[in-house]
Amino acid sequence: MAEKKEILLSIQNLSFSFDTQRGVVNAVRDISLDIRKGETLTLVGESGCGKSVTAHAINQLNPMPPGKVDHGKIMFRGTDLLTLKRHEIEKLRGTQISMIFQEPMTALNPVFTVGAQIADVFMTHQHMTKQEAMERTIDLFKLVKIPAPERRVNSYPHQLSGGMRQRAMIAMALASPEPGLMIADEPTTALDVTIQAQILDLLNDLKHKIEMSILLITHDMGVVAEMADRVVVMYAGRKVEEADVFSIFETPRHPYTLGLLNSLPSNTKYKNARRLEAITGTVPDMRTIGAGCPFENRCAYASEKCGQEFPTETVLGESHSVWCHNYHMVKEG
Amino acid sequence: MKSSETMDIPRIKEPTPLQETWYHLKKNKGAMTGLGIITMFVLMAIFAPIVSPRDPLAQQISERLTPMFTNGYIFGSDDLGRDMLSRLIYGARISMTIGVVSVGISLFFGIIIGVTSAYYGGTFDKIVMRLIDIMLAFPYILLTIVIVSLLGPSLTNAMVAIGISQVPRYARVVRASVLAEKESDYVLAEKALGAGNFELMFLTILPNCLSPTIVQATLGVGEAILNSAGLSFLGLGAQPPTPEWGLMIASSKQFITNAWWIVTLPGLAILLAVLGFNLFGDGLRDILDPKMRN
Repeated sequence: MAEKKEILLSIQNLSFSFDTQRGVVNAVRDISLDIRKGETLTLVGESGCGKSVTAHAINQLNPMPPGKVDHGKIMFRGTDLLTLKRHEIEKLRGTQISMIFQEPMTALNPVFTVGAQIADVFMTHQHMTKQEAMERTIDLFKLVKIPAPERRVNSYPHQLSGGMRQRAMIAMALASPEPGLMIADEPTTALDVTIQAQILDLLNDLKHKIEMSILLITHDMGVVAEMADRVVVMYAGRKVEEADVFSIFETPRHPYTLGLLNSLPSNTKYKNARRLEAITGTVPDMRTIGAGCPFENRCAYASEKCGQEFPTETVLGESHSVWCHNYHMVKEG
Repeated sequence: MKSSETMDIPRIKEPTPLQETWYHLKKNKGAMTGLGIITMFVLMAIFAPIVSPRDPLAQQISERLTPMFTNGYIFGSDDLGRDMLSRLIYGARISMTIGVVSVGISLFFGIIIGVTSAYYGGTFDKIVMRLIDIMLAFPYILLTIVIVSLLGPSLTNAMVAIGISQVPRYARVVRASVLAEKESDYVLAEKALGAGNFELMFLTILPNCLSPTIVQATLGVGEAILNSAGLSFLGLGAQPPTPEWGLMIASSKQFITNAWWIVTLPGLAILLAVLGFNLFGDGLRDILDPKMRN
């Protein structure tokens, strides 16, 4: 359904590294991905695989130095974001690219009321008067379904519950004149499941209402199933599989994707109850990954070739690609 | 959306941070005593022309060295026959001004230096902090004397000197709390909303660092009063006939054996004022420091 829409954001061969005291960490290597208008792309992978670094590279929130773009392009509405000057990128942040953070507990400034913080965004980017900004803020609170918005705008963050704070964060991200892309960095990780569902519903709802694109970062396959149009699976800084959401769940072809899915409780009415499978081994040290496939040391299908070179893309279908030498051996298990 | 959320929340007025601070402050006896003393001195300073019985500068040589509670001189008179009570009241005006102005000077520069060096970090931070270390290495009184002798002795210059000599302390306090706050998520979140460096430094991070700064400033006022009295005593601050407390002690010290009140009363005034600010500052620290709260 999203195939025909124009591409909003296109990351092309992005490599990002951190030059730390203990060596160079190649956090992201050769990542490419496209987000179309009105589409939700989820970036899946375990902690430390480069999801957040990729997302933060878009609006340049990675600390630089020590961070450094080694090569690549990030095209957004026709311009390469990496060539922009600092004040130009500041203008984009919060207007066309907004962001929701993982921890609603700490992502709001504790000394100001939530209303004042959101109104501030209106006042700086759209030069509204204080009163107009406050009215717009109340409207936004209604949009994100915060009860009693007139009163809640005057609350301090510590007076709100976690779910309420995350709604306020979303409202803040929506306080832009033309929300194009919303980057949601694990927006529900810190919330309990019922609130999680409400927040995800809200995001889906908003996506249709105002036609924005969402880059959703998560490690929760449940969230992926709920939200995604397309899925990019990352492992140790590499993209290993990309597909539409149905293909990922039905015919995963990368051993790592398969491992991720097998480590989920399946819950088909407990009939085929089984032990949860874990992927054996641990993530390799990001400083010492060679030219080969980073998953090689944990992979059941690894062959000699895997340790020597990273596989090239294999196109499996219209919207399904995998980066694996032995993908043909991977069957659903 | 769910029933519990759509239920109308009863109108509870959430206390503002100021109200909350006041609530805790009221329970702290030391702080309230300090606040009482400060209030007294501030009122005295503001209404000096109304509350003082005589002109603090008018000399009445025939009534010199009048003891306390005689001839309508409640606190007696000094060696030139000037009313001690009036001079002490006008002295409050000077001391309060010195306290506030010199702390204002220290705060202004201290905050700018502390915030920028913590925010930018790296080499800039290192250079600035070493300079601050150099300033701290000088004994405080030596530093002020150097500044005053460069600028010339006067009350204004004493304020500037005290203000400048205290900058390192505020810079350090501010820097430490900015370092702790600048890695917070809300700073990144604000950045993601398009805030520039200035906004991040002074409108986002700084308000979160105010508590320790306020405490430091309150304690600093007391210290500044003491320091200015010291400078005046040495002849580097206020010049006669200004009714400055430190100067009053200096100019009448030879009478300590036969007219103790001329020397002792200004001393007590200094003591009381400094005590007031220290009590209040200590109380504020207990209240504003979340670690000290129960």
